Amino acid sequence: MTKATAAIVGSGNIGTDLLAKLQRSEHVDVRYMIGVDPASDGLARARARGVEASAGGVDWLLEQEDLPDLVFEATSAYAHKANAPRYEQAGITAVDLTPAAIGPFICPPVNLDVNLAAPNVNMITCGGQATIPIVAAVSSVVPVDYAEIVASIASKSAGPGTRANIDEFTETTSHAIEVVGNARRGKAIIILNPVEPPMIMRDTIFCSIPADCDRDAVAASIYAMVARVQEYVPGYSLRAEPQFDDPREIWNGLARVAVFLEVMGAGDYLPTYAGNLDIITAAAAHVGDMLAKAKAGASA
Amino acid sequence: MTQESTAPKVRITDSTLRDGSHAMAHRFTEEQVRSVVHALDAAGVEVIEVTHGDGLGGSSFNYGFSLVDEIALISAAVEEAQQAKIAVLMLPGLGTVKDLSRAHDAGASVARIATHCTEADVSIQHFKAARALGMETVGFLMLSHRATPATLAQQARIMVDAGAMCVYVVDSAGALVLGDAQARVQAVLDEVGQQAQVGFHGHQNLSLGVANSVLAYQAGARQIDGALLALGAGAGNSPTEVLAATFDRLGVPTGIDVQAALAAAEEVVKPFIPRLPHMDRSSIVQGYAGVYSSFLLHAERAAARYDVPTHEILQRVGEAGYVGGQEDMIIDIALQIAQERDMGDLAGAGTR
Repeated sequence: MTKATAAIVGSGNIGTDLLAKLQRSEHVDVRYMIGVDPASDGLARARARGVEASAGGVDWLLEQEDLPDLVFEATSAYAHKANAPRYEQAGITAVDLTPAAIGPFICPPVNLDVNLAAPNVNMITCGGQATIPIVAAVSSVVPVDYAEIVASIASKSAGPGTRANIDEFTETTSHAIEVVGNARRGKAIIILNPVEPPMIMRDTIFCSIPADCDRDAVAASIYAMVARVQEYVPGYSLRAEPQFDDPREIWNGLARVAVFLEVMGAGDYLPTYAGNLDIITAAAAHVGDMLAKAKAGASA
Repeated sequence: MTQESTAPKVRITDSTLRDGSHAMAHRFTEEQVRSVVHALDAAGVEVIEVTHGDGLGGSSFNYGFSLVDEIALISAAVEEAQQAKIAVLMLPGLGTVKDLSRAHDAGASVARIATHCTEADVSIQHFKAARALGMETVGFLMLSHRATPATLAQQARIMVDAGAMCVYVVDSAGALVLGDAQARVQAVLDEVGQQAQVGFHGHQNLSLGVANSVLAYQAGARQIDGALLALGAGAGNSPTEVLAATFDRLGVPTGIDVQAALAAAEEVVKPFIPRLPHMDRSSIVQGYAGVYSSFLLHAERAAARYDVPTHEILQRVGEAGYVGGQEDMIIDIALQIAQERDMGDLAGAGTR
């Protein structure tokens, strides 16, 4: 089967980690790695791994005779907003790892299948990729009036983009908890912890659940979802059984389920503690595979 | 009465209605807020902080839901205050510029923006937004004991360059012991010079809140935090009424009427609080192990839920190096301790 061709735009931590993952893909062939800084470590690594790399930006990419089928954008929301119409005009499907959110939010085990024809899909945030599957697992069994997530990451794994606009993380993730996780109201919290040795990414998900509901069914749905995420993120695991708390007045008379996760990275570019980096690149690579398969199916 | 003094003035910010929110499990009523603001304002306190204990947007499963929406409480405080400015706290990653904007619309005029002591760069966008709104700005470097004086000074520089008009050394764990507090204030002051003021926020876990505040003042801090009756996280804050009395004895002007502050503590706050913050085994462990003070009630609740000792949870939180905001990890640790105990019981029964 012919592979779909791809370019990665952005040669920072995310782009470089994504390259390592896509080079293991059976469905995607990365042809180009594009940055803006000729001295970037990411571009040097790409060249060393046999990928044509340029610091000429998107202008350079679109001048190529052989345009890729897919582009993975790992720059910034600002850059992607400028680039997205150009990709679409060139007929290139964009997988957006920035918070620009031009296309629909994608969380692979929840809603990838219904978005395979979109010209642009958005990967939400690292915390969103880790937690929204659990919110969706709960909301598929019982109504979730409110869902709240806490993502704790190692300081060393938070890049300059995240730091300069941390509100973008909380707002984008909160919104996606609602539209993808199907909670009536969502809230997201991110914590940066500088402890040494660096802490592995941790995520906690709290969902309100009806006072009297089948808690075993909620737990079973959570376990099944964890297994589905593990298919593309091997380091994704539960720290403990889901914890159920009885209804309280201050919770509007609702009960609560709390889920504690650890996300250990594959150590492709940053060390294994950076599960936050790993889960969004693993999800994007998985999306790339599925898009490539859909394209191959459509043209067959 | 002390004689006319030439010592530089210190501005006391009272945080009864913010840090005290932890000790109240975030259940302040509008009536309580109005009566505290009225008393503090009449006593001459210039800045009164009113927010959920964890800052704007803190009402949540993780930190506890507010009984009354904080914006309503801020509005009530603004209405009640004749001379005092109303301040709000926000933690980037939890609160956002939108929250800050809402607080400003409600009449808050001082934005206090808090980060862990090594993560100041996440606050840059919020300082810029607060200044654009015309608010007075204060930076909060939390858990300051976890950074060296030199590191703290670099982090303060980031906040000042972003628009902070004052940077606080925040002893969130009540873990700084005398010279440790003073050296940090000194280092921050050496870095920011005349470009910003320096402040100190103390906790009583090792009983040193007031003593550290005096040392901070002597090193050059000109803003100091307190709370009536120490109402705050852990063993509480430096009591506002004690700060007022102590600075008065030192001949340092605060603008606060000591008798009025004492009355506010005794007659307004004491009748409604569920318990006086005090140095018990758990809060002393917080100071000793360097644990974020607001973890106390969360650890007590997890201890009751999973039948494990509170102080053991807090000790492990300290060892793991968890920072402000990671309240969820308290449940995780309680579960671990319970699991280890159950395994131990099984091993003891010979069933391993």
